[in-house]
Amino acid sequence: MKQNNIDHIIELSNELRWQIGDEFHDNLTESIYADAADIVKDTVRSKDSERRFRLDAKIDKIVTSKRFGFPIMFLILGTVLWLTIQGANYPSSLLANLLLDIIHPALKSGAAGLGMPWWLDGFLIDGVYLAVAWVIAVMLPPMAIFFPMFTLLEDFGYLPRVAFNLDALFNKSGAHGKQALTMSMGFGCNAAGVVATRIIDSPRERLIAILTNNFSLCNGRWPTQILIATIFIGAVVPKSLSSFVSLLAVIGVAVLGMVFMFGVSWGLSKTVLKGEVSTFNLELPPYRPPRFWKTIYTSLIDRTLIVLWRAIVFAAPAGAVIWLISNIHIGNESIAAWAIHSMDGFGFLLGLNGVILLAYIVAIPANEIVIPTILMLTVLVTGVGVGEGAGVMFELDSINATADVLKAGGWTLLTAINLMLFSLLHNPCSTTIYTIYKETNSVKWTVVASVMPVILGFIVTFLVAQLWRLMF
Amino acid sequence: METKIQSACETCEHFNRDGLKKLGVRTDNFDFVVALAGNPNTGKSTVFNALTGLRQHTGNWPGKTVTRAEGGFEYNTKKYKLVDLPGTYSLMSTSEDEEAARDFILFGKPDVTVIVVDANRLERNLNLVLQILEITDKAVLCLNLMDEAKRNDVEIDVRTLSRDLGIPVVPASARFNRGIPELIQTISEIASGKMVCKPHRIKSVPENIEKAVKTLTVEIEKEFPNISNSRWIAFRLLEGDKKIIEALRKGEFV
Repeated sequence: MKQNNIDHIIELSNELRWQIGDEFHDNLTESIYADAADIVKDTVRSKDSERRFRLDAKIDKIVTSKRFGFPIMFLILGTVLWLTIQGANYPSSLLANLLLDIIHPALKSGAAGLGMPWWLDGFLIDGVYLAVAWVIAVMLPPMAIFFPMFTLLEDFGYLPRVAFNLDALFNKSGAHGKQALTMSMGFGCNAAGVVATRIIDSPRERLIAILTNNFSLCNGRWPTQILIATIFIGAVVPKSLSSFVSLLAVIGVAVLGMVFMFGVSWGLSKTVLKGEVSTFNLELPPYRPPRFWKTIYTSLIDRTLIVLWRAIVFAAPAGAVIWLISNIHIGNESIAAWAIHSMDGFGFLLGLNGVILLAYIVAIPANEIVIPTILMLTVLVTGVGVGEGAGVMFELDSINATADVLKAGGWTLLTAINLMLFSLLHNPCSTTIYTIYKETNSVKWTVVASVMPVILGFIVTFLVAQLWRLMF
Repeated sequence: METKIQSACETCEHFNRDGLKKLGVRTDNFDFVVALAGNPNTGKSTVFNALTGLRQHTGNWPGKTVTRAEGGFEYNTKKYKLVDLPGTYSLMSTSEDEEAARDFILFGKPDVTVIVVDANRLERNLNLVLQILEITDKAVLCLNLMDEAKRNDVEIDVRTLSRDLGIPVVPASARFNRGIPELIQTISEIASGKMVCKPHRIKSVPENIEKAVKTLTVEIEKEFPNISNSRWIAFRLLEGDKKIIEALRKGEFV
């Protein structure tokens, strides 16, 4: 009985829909707008309401213009990076001093006082503690500077303009314009960038954004780039230019990452992820002066500390592994030395070496510990007289000392360039891999996202190495 | 012992600091459900944070809220669960966001819907407001970003606006916590039924459509006498909205 009535209502509505014609939707929309205009006429009085919108429009005209849009973008990116690099130096060395030079020996002597066996003390203090201390010292200061600056730009309203500028490029590569936003987040942290892809509605375009986020050079990789660029690339030019050239090299790597991001997005959208680009409208919001201190506070608490905590959780077991492979011996050699020797040949093909490859394997949990691991392993195989013993990560006080160790390990300019390339093009860190799995719910795509960049890295470094050896 | 009153504000019903407890994510055993709707980038998440004491990430770009955030607050011993809906410009098309927001207001039957609008762009924001008011009559308009409106020399006659819309209007600047106590008080009055709204219904509809809508509304009300949004359902049926037809068949409106 009741179902009959409902069917009757639905039939009636079908009938009426015929009668009123196609324009129902438009008519209704027009009615709503007419009502809205009526209400506003009676209630809103604006003396000069267009004034500020005009100012916004003026700013937009400059920052999204064909001529100035991109230079302004790179200028802002460059400034943020420069401030991060410069500002992080001092607090980083302060933290390193505290955690590595004061607390670490104190822990060691405390352990000795307790009569702890050497392997337990080594495993816990030299392995787990040092890895965690490293991650904090290297990662916290740049993140604490980068994230708040990024959030300030976001609150000011600049990010949608970046998306606007890059929209045409994304469109051409078959990806979604909002990928510009997730890409920018990736410069801070790829895991955060992957989570941010939720703003993309279309599953196809979202997957492209997830798979290519790793091409945004993340916070954990900036220090590696900067250090290597300073030692090897800054050294080929006159001293007065060296810091400028190093910064340029680092930005060059970041831009190369964006080139790869567009290229791979294009490739994916032409092959396995075919489809139309979905249109979307992105409103350019009004510029708003950010609430400075509140922004600093929340971005420190919500972003920096959460990301840091995740890194620590993954770095602790990595520290343990590094210590173990350096201290467990098979025959005369430690596992680490054995692995390095067996990978040296392959490393040579790529213009790298066994130490770098092994470092990237054990440092999967956190990119921040790549450089300390490389130094430790180089000392292990070359026997240069610095460092604190097998499996103990360390960093040297001066850049010159670091350079000496690396040169003793047989490093050349080619090694440096290829390390910078490989740091850009290798698998995402385990936090990001885990996040990709959680977001895609697919083992297949997680594997693709992890393996594809490494293969690209192998290809690129191989080609560069062969060309280099042909030319020089 | 006599407590000294510092200012006149403290005697006001709106003040009532002791009655307010921000509950963060603890939303169990709530008495009322409150939905937060509005256009993108009008400060919904900021209002959400101000009400719950949470720190949902806010940012100046539309579409930033990607997951439905929930939080809670307690006011005068009643517990409220607050749901931050994705920002939308309309409820009439078929994007995922709009459907999620509409379904929650329609089927989740929130006790109060807070509609957050940008005071600087009232006219454009009213499109969504008028649509929501067709669905629910327990709503309050939060006129946010009043600080910017003031800077832009935009003046809004709050009383007339409230009379035209038939719901209470609370001016606010959520970033500076201004207007939030008044908003909480208004939410509680609507939730408890102390304040009854008589919301605006879309007027300027062409005659032939109005006639069809009336015919359909009468039939719907015959079947569901207690339904408050029969007119809106009629609109949707005329549009041929499959989801609404399905819901009607399953009796989800009762």
